[in-house]
Amino acid sequence: MRTIQLEGVSIEKNGRQILTDINIEVRTGETLGIIGPTGAGKTTLLRVMDLIDLPSKGRVLFKGEAPKNEGERLAARRRIGVVFQRPVMLRGTVYDNVAYGLRIRRLSKDEIDERVEAALSDVGLKGYERRPAKVLSGGEMQRVALARALAISPELLLLDEPTANLDPRTSYVIEELISRAKMRGMTTVVSTHDLPQAVRLADRIVIIMDGRVVSSGSADLLLNSDSDDVRAFLHAGMLRPVDWRFIHEFARVSH
Amino acid sequence: MDEIARGFIRAVELIIELNPEVIEVTLRSFLIALTSVTIASLINVPLGSLIHFHHFPGRSGLINLIQTLYSIPTVTVGLFVFLLISREGPLGGYGLLYTPYGMIIGQTVLITPVILGLTISALSSVSEDIRDTAVSLGADRFQTMWTVIVEARGPVLAAVLLGFGRALSEVGVAMMIGGNIRGYTRVLTTAIALETSMGNLEISIALGLILISIALVVNTVVGRLQGW
Ligand SMILES: Nc1ncnc2c1ncn2[C@@H]1O[C@H](COP(=O)(O)OP(=O)(O)O)[C@@H](O)[C@H]1O
Ligand SMILES: [Mg+2]
Repeated sequence: MRTIQLEGVSIEKNGRQILTDINIEVRTGETLGIIGPTGAGKTTLLRVMDLIDLPSKGRVLFKGEAPKNEGERLAARRRIGVVFQRPVMLRGTVYDNVAYGLRIRRLSKDEIDERVEAALSDVGLKGYERRPAKVLSGGEMQRVALARALAISPELLLLDEPTANLDPRTSYVIEELISRAKMRGMTTVVSTHDLPQAVRLADRIVIIMDGRVVSSGSADLLLNSDSDDVRAFLHAGMLRPVDWRFIHEFARVSH
Repeated sequence: MDEIARGFIRAVELIIELNPEVIEVTLRSFLIALTSVTIASLINVPLGSLIHFHHFPGRSGLINLIQTLYSIPTVTVGLFVFLLISREGPLGGYGLLYTPYGMIIGQTVLITPVILGLTISALSSVSEDIRDTAVSLGADRFQTMWTVIVEARGPVLAAVLLGFGRALSEVGVAMMIGGNIRGYTRVLTTAIALETSMGNLEISIALGLILISIALVVNTVVGRLQGW
């Protein structure tokens, strides 16, 4: 089963080629890691998967079907949860934020209450309901954003550098939350420029550079790759292959 | 000098003792301006978001034009609406000239550019991320627009209030369309003009003080709203 498939996707924004001929599939139940240096196109790739940015070439299939118009894209998007790189809080309380997607779907008040409570306790923010969302700390916002995405019970969760701006401790908490969602069978795509994180979280990894997929496969496969591009990326990540191997082991042990 | 000082004292007395004429004119001003601003807002806040959310040829030219019309002289609008609703005009059959209804039409036209233009800039001040967040959480087009409006509610309300202030303090439309008919279309500004020309300074000053107080309150609230 494939949850989402990108077939020959290229995207251009303001006359700039950002993604080129991307072929990626996300299998139902797996966690796919997207790694690549800053500017590689990770954010754009996730926006394409969420059907917000439309490819200039190629197509995106959600559950085997390519949405043909905005109505179908909306329907598919409503089954996808996403947490952006720098989550933005909407006006109002933490409750309002987590309830937003549910209100839009016109669920009953009782159902909304129930789901908000469950989502907030999932991310360890029980009791935060009445706090104004815009004044939370970065880590708290990240967790509210995660709760907001989980509350709609998505069939696909897209996470864009979920720990990029957080301290190590908060990063650890967020990673735990992602692992837990994964354990419950959530299909997840997580982008990161943090190699060890990708190894810890993902079943499969896709490396992108300059808007192209340069390599994909299990962490082990990538590790032993003799592709110049992969080596170049490891280098770009300020890591020599030997460090990469070390980190890989380290991730295993510390998991 | 003495006369002016006495005028001020008498004016304050008129306000304190709730002089019926002063109260009546003030209430009518409020009612007409409030109706105008309500109609203008119901049209222009949604229209502003349509313009904000859509890209079409001539969009930036249109926005420029709207902003130019912020300070359109009120007598120009008065003349335009006069031509529209006077006997020979296209809306001549409705007998709107020299009625409060005609004034409401005129004021609505007058404050349309301000409310429209300031609504567009209020919405532009909302970050793209808000829109993306709404869309990604499953909002449809209308829900997304509404979310952005709610996000900009302070500046949008400020736009509405500025429109109210402009409607309340304008003379051109009130004079040319309303005709300053006592007990029917006479409002603060036209009453001040008339009473002053007739030498009834204390009434003029009383009405002027009321107008200035309202303007002060409006401006203070607008200032607060910007950051709300
Ligand atoms: N709207 C846009 N217009 C032009 N260039 C863009 C736009 N959005 C992103 N880019 C460019 O596309 C490249 C990939 O961006 P992004 O997807 O944000 O990469 P990443 O998330 O991997 O850092 C960057 O070089 C960025 O500057
Ligand atoms: Mg990014």
